[in-house]
Amino acid sequence: MTDWTKSRYLPPVVLFAGLIITVILPATGLLNDYLQFVLVSVAINAILCVSLNLVNGWMGEFSVGHAGFMALGAYASAILTVKLFPAAPDILLFPIAVLIGGCVAGLAGIPVGILSFKTRGDYLAIITLAFLMIVKSGLENIPYTGGPRGLLGIPRLTTVAWAYFWCVVAFWVIRNLVYSKYGRGIAAIREDEIAAEAMGVNTRTAKLVAFVTSSFFAGVAGALFAHQLQFINPSSFDILKSTEILVMVYLGGVASLGGSFLGAGVVTILTQCLQPLGTWRMVVLPALLVLLMLFRPAGIMGYRDWNWLKPHLSLKLRSKTENKNENGKETVS
Amino acid sequence: MSLLLETRNLTRQFGGLCAIGDLSLSVNRREILGVIGPNGAGKTTLFNLLTGIYPPSSGEILLDGRSIAGLRPSEIARLGMARTFQNIRLFRQLSVLENVRIAYDSGLLCSPPDALLQTPRSRLRERESIEASLELLELFQLGSLAQDRAGDLSYGAQRRLEIVRALALKPTLLLLDEPAAGMNPSEAMQLTDFLRWVHGKFSLTIVLIEHHMQMVMALCDRIEVLEFGVRIAGGKPDEVKANPRVVKAYLGTEGELP
Repeated sequence: MTDWTKSRYLPPVVLFAGLIITVILPATGLLNDYLQFVLVSVAINAILCVSLNLVNGWMGEFSVGHAGFMALGAYASAILTVKLFPAAPDILLFPIAVLIGGCVAGLAGIPVGILSFKTRGDYLAIITLAFLMIVKSGLENIPYTGGPRGLLGIPRLTTVAWAYFWCVVAFWVIRNLVYSKYGRGIAAIREDEIAAEAMGVNTRTAKLVAFVTSSFFAGVAGALFAHQLQFINPSSFDILKSTEILVMVYLGGVASLGGSFLGAGVVTILTQCLQPLGTWRMVVLPALLVLLMLFRPAGIMGYRDWNWLKPHLSLKLRSKTENKNENGKETVS
Repeated sequence: MSLLLETRNLTRQFGGLCAIGDLSLSVNRREILGVIGPNGAGKTTLFNLLTGIYPPSSGEILLDGRSIAGLRPSEIARLGMARTFQNIRLFRQLSVLENVRIAYDSGLLCSPPDALLQTPRSRLRERESIEASLELLELFQLGSLAQDRAGDLSYGAQRRLEIVRALALKPTLLLLDEPAAGMNPSEAMQLTDFLRWVHGKFSLTIVLIEHHMQMVMALCDRIEVLEFGVRIAGGKPDEVKANPRVVKAYLGTEGELP
């Protein structure tokens, strides 16, 4: 008898059912606008969190430039929908705009990735900070996109279903990556870069793959963000935005898919729930972060993951080696 | 006997310090060569030059007749030169299996798009990497520890895992940097038998840096002695043992090596 909860077809079926629900539910009117806004925010933040986790968690670097990649995706997509093709049908234009937003950010990830070949740790953090400042002041000085005032009148195209869809794509692709040759190479760089090279890991390729994938999904999240708020300006993508994503990563758990989702969910929902506290809400979250760093420095789910998020192959392997352990014990006794 | 590895006038300077000076060595195929010398003689620097971690200041390194000076360490590793480290450098947070897979994967043909989109090809390669790595671990009685964190293993098991990880590269040449460091004499003798078995089983050529003299004498076909980055002696274990310069370098005075 096979345990249906361990079937490899369960996750895709559940995820597809989720898509149907996110398409139908808003149409029934059961979800008011506010709830939809919160759900979309959770999904966007989850994409930002898992993509930053690739660099900060799995690769063990410290990037503070994630908001910069997000800004590039947001502006690139908004230029398409507002300036270039305002009349195009949304159902066609929006996915393309999000994809192009991701690609523009992904391309910008290449130079940062190349700079990471020779620079590590604090020094790379400074480079990502410089990147963020370049993007922000660059956008402030382009009149085409409104300069510091920002870009107005973006159509509201980010539905719950689209946010859900892109969130699933981001988690699926990053899961594939971290459970592949390149993902293990990225983790090896975190553990010991010299040993990684000596064991045949092309650390340059691994770093490029990490940075490009990470910034691609930051761009996707930026595009969704722009078409959710309908307004973007350069200061929406400052160091505070990066910090917000960093908090989610380190709260949820480094190098963890489940932790990325948890971190994004907890932070987003908590910020909403704490609204009545006014300014005091600025105290609760940092206090939580301090406690977490004291008692669980790797975050809620650091370096661990839920089994259903892992590829089927590695699960099968786990049960195989566990059986072997049991057999071993039997022969000993 | 054919030549596998050769250095010609290899030199490496750190500022004014000459860590390796004008060193010409050769390693024959299937041989076990010992490299000994007092602390600071440049033995580990030699390994770092051979594996590409430092580029040489001047001189040449030939692996199988091909110049490898200036190549990246990962390229040299894929050409068949694997190594272990003096201070164990495992991927501690990762599982035992993942440690071995990372080395095995370097020979795996799987492009980034394959990996990102999990194409059938990438799934096939994943399966291949898991199966081959598990098989290798089984061979070294580490199969039951495959899912444990490498950092949680005992010291001896970590040393063994580092060698297994190096073997996952399918090397022709294995460089061992003080594999018996921190071991007592009986453990060192066990390691000697183990290395002899590995040498035969995987048809390897081994270059060994070691301070345990008994182990070096028992294991090596030939020994090269370095002092202050310069080769001061070389030859069969017995010849080296009897060489007064070697004794002086080690003991500072006349005497006898164990």
